[in-house]
Amino acid sequence: MRPVIPYVTAALLFGLGVYGVLRRRNAVLVLMAVELMLNAVNLVLVTADTTVRATLPHGGQVFALFVIVLAAAEIGVGLAIVLALYRLRANVAVDEIPLTGDDAPSATADEDQVVQA
Amino acid sequence: MTVADVLLAALGALAVGAGVLVVTTRHLVRAGLYLVVCLGALAGLYLVLTAELVAWVQVLIYVGAVVVLLLFAVMLTRAPIGASDDLDRPGWPAALIGGGSGLGLAVLLVDAFRWTRVDLPEAGTAERLGTAVFGSWVLPFEVLSILLLAALVGAIVLSRPEIGRRP
Repeated sequence: MRPVIPYVTAALLFGLGVYGVLRRRNAVLVLMAVELMLNAVNLVLVTADTTVRATLPHGGQVFALFVIVLAAAEIGVGLAIVLALYRLRANVAVDEIPLTGDDAPSATADEDQVVQA
Repeated sequence: MTVADVLLAALGALAVGAGVLVVTTRHLVRAGLYLVVCLGALAGLYLVLTAELVAWVQVLIYVGAVVVLLLFAVMLTRAPIGASDDLDRPGWPAALIGGGSGLGLAVLLVDAFRWTRVDLPEAGTAERLGTAVFGSWVLPFEVLSILLLAALVGAIVLSRPEIGRRP
């Protein structure tokens, strides 16, 4: 088995993930690109587990399992943020999010008044 | 080229091709379905690399749960069904950084592992991985449980805006 084949696959997938995160405007597509990057890291870990004879056996595969759990937690919180953003602005384009926080849209002010009433 | 090499190359090409479609397609739903193909090909790669348990966990959690969650998010944000033109930002910085990092890492790894051949180790079955997790990696495992609890609470608080609002 030549380990260079899965290593190169992982490197290309990571590059694709970086490209997708920087290129996409829709927040859900950005999350999909983040998943590509996490999977590239998993592939590197599993391949390294076959090539490196470590003192502790199967350390790479255990870390791949941990990364999968981290990705599940990340996608849960990330989708909660995306849905909160959609409720707030009816739009999930990441380059239209105000970063200062002062110019909240009027829709949230109306919602506040409704809740307070 | 052994059988394992051929399988690795074919599944790797499938994964990379589906990944290209994920980041370039103009249909939101199709991006999620191409992601299924990409993650399934990666599960096949794990099987060839003798990581049985990781492969099945990948199928269960990624293909079964994460992609379904992403498709739910696509539906809940009222994404258009057909092709949409406003999904992308101007591309050359992204292509520069993404292509540079991907090809740079690929060149680095090819240079490091060009002629290396290894024998596949013993399979990472559930029994062996369970021994490793509960023997050597107990503390990270417990920390992960706390992290999952924190993520659960955080997702609930984020999705219920009335929590924490002053009356």
